Amino acid sequence: MNTRYDSMFARLKDKGEGAFGAFLMLGDPDMETSLKALEALVEAGVDFLEVGIPFSDPIADGPTIQAAAMRALKAGATQAKCFDVLERFRANNPDTPVGVLTYANLALAHGYDQFCDSLAKAGVDSLLLADVPSIEAEAFAEPAAKVGVAPVLIAAGNTPDATLKRIAGISRGYTYCVAREGVTGAETAMRTDHSALMDRLKQAGSAPPVLGFGISKPEHVQSALQSGAAGAISGSAIVSALAAEGIQAAAKLAHALKRATLPQ
Amino acid sequence: MKLDGRFGRFGGVFAPEILVPALEQLEDAFLEARDDPAFQDELNTLLTKYAGRPTPLTLCRNLGSEKVRIYLKREDLLHGGAHKTNQVLAQGLLAKRMGKTRLIAETGAGQHGVATAMAGALLGLKTQVYMGAKDAARQEINVFRMRLMGAEVIPVEAGSKTLKDAVNEALRDWTASFADTHYLIGTVTGPHPFPLIVREFQRIIGAEARAQCLEETGRLPDAVVACVGGGSNAMGAFADFVEDEGVKLIGVEPAGHGMDTPEHGATLQKGREGILHGARTFVLQDSDGQIEESWSVSAGLDYPAVGPEHAHLRDIGRADYVGATDDEALAAFQTLSRREGIIPAFESAHALAHALKMAKQAEAEGREMTIVVNLSGRGDKDMAQAVQILDFSARAEAAE
Repeated sequence: MNTRYDSMFARLKDKGEGAFGAFLMLGDPDMETSLKALEALVEAGVDFLEVGIPFSDPIADGPTIQAAAMRALKAGATQAKCFDVLERFRANNPDTPVGVLTYANLALAHGYDQFCDSLAKAGVDSLLLADVPSIEAEAFAEPAAKVGVAPVLIAAGNTPDATLKRIAGISRGYTYCVAREGVTGAETAMRTDHSALMDRLKQAGSAPPVLGFGISKPEHVQSALQSGAAGAISGSAIVSALAAEGIQAAAKLAHALKRATLPQ
Repeated sequence: MKLDGRFGRFGGVFAPEILVPALEQLEDAFLEARDDPAFQDELNTLLTKYAGRPTPLTLCRNLGSEKVRIYLKREDLLHGGAHKTNQVLAQGLLAKRMGKTRLIAETGAGQHGVATAMAGALLGLKTQVYMGAKDAARQEINVFRMRLMGAEVIPVEAGSKTLKDAVNEALRDWTASFADTHYLIGTVTGPHPFPLIVREFQRIIGAEARAQCLEETGRLPDAVVACVGGGSNAMGAFADFVEDEGVKLIGVEPAGHGMDTPEHGATLQKGREGILHGARTFVLQDSDGQIEESWSVSAGLDYPAVGPEHAHLRDIGRADYVGATDDEALAAFQTLSRREGIIPAFESAHALAHALKMAKQAEAEGREMTIVVNLSGRGDKDMAQAVQILDFSARAEAAE
């Protein structure tokens, strides 16, 4: 499948840049702020966006993103409202890739096919379900790919080669590499050298690897790219900045992190 | 994974990719241990000499009748006061076999936490127990018990601050700590291989009860009745009877304030299929897929999902799932105390409440019936709550 990610990676490669993605929890603190924040992040130079649809029991997330999900749910976030915001964002932003990160139970709640249709209709480019590992992924990947939504899988340093091969066979758009053990969050910094995982993914023929988990500083982004990642994602740091200081602070942080992807 | 971890369409491995190698290691260790006489010997020694197995099968003297016999499988007499001891000892040995030095566990009211603390103390494993902050405040005595046995209790402030959040937090811990830590899950839930492992380590309940019933009555019971929260005591009681088609298997879910109210924990009867804590199963959730809080007077049944094998047994019609309300369970709690001199756990009182209904109906219809009730735990832990709810002296005064 041809995705907005492919065009993005091709464009950045020509310029000698890495990709930088920012993550936001939709509906935190409310849907209108999310829409404005997404647009501000694009203005700040972010190459792609990842958004969370808030779930009550996010087992792969650390305290920052858990708290963001709880705030969003308390403020009345629903799946329908999330799709609506994404559709409105897409109307004014035809090129920026947008990925959804959420949990399997939400994807099944109204029927999985309907969930995939909603993603496609909202102009979403990819779907990552944090509690669906590659051995369970096929049943989720096919219906998504069928409507043009790239299934994105996670790879970790401890993932064996045979599993990386399976991941490479399923993951489209990009492969999300976790930069350390544990859950999301800036409390624990990423590990610095990931070249071994990047090499193994390359050998397996994976979609471009993008590194996440614990990325909050420009040097984290630089070391991700030096390890051979095609890009980096910052989540908790952006979510914290937005919650504590607002849209401009989140955009400012995103700008600084994006600058770290430019040719030195 | 060597096995697919499915019970029909339920179960599976719905955990972050980073945990999959740890789950594979656990599956390997379990399969090897199952075939290793040395492991089985050590476990059997612990179960008999430390925990007090086999537990008796007691025929009620005063409840039931000549025609309708109610047998109690006395897991309440096990060291620790509940069936949980069976599987914490086994998982503890498995953890050691894998070279792990630390145990983590989730606990609701504290029973599984206490059991894990016991296994940790016995086997020399550092133990940390996640407990919802609300639960920790409500269950001070169990917090103290865990600390007394050397475990650290970590209150969980996230989410609803109850059992489901403690499970979330234990899973989060494990994604960072699996290299030296075993997650000693408390029931037949979680990603494969946990539902399989916990069932196999609880299977001894039904295996003993089946043999004891045959020996005493010369035949199999008509029904085996057990309470179902996450479902470990019920899976343990059912497992050896699944092939005996003439034996009815009945799981009793907590109907709380009533099945038609939002305050219950009747996941299999009122929930919808979904994915929670690693498994595809029935889940209490709203129409948008957010997990809902369960309710039960008994903390051990207060969980918004259920073991995937129960979902399967229900699906294929092999087991029936019914409800008992808080009031019905409390009535059975008093009945067993007064008539038999056995104070059951609130959880087990749910199973008994339904068995008493069955007995009454059979007697009314003049049918013979033999019922085995899994008395999964004793009621000592529930005394403080029982004092508040039942408050005999205040009632007596009010009546005067």
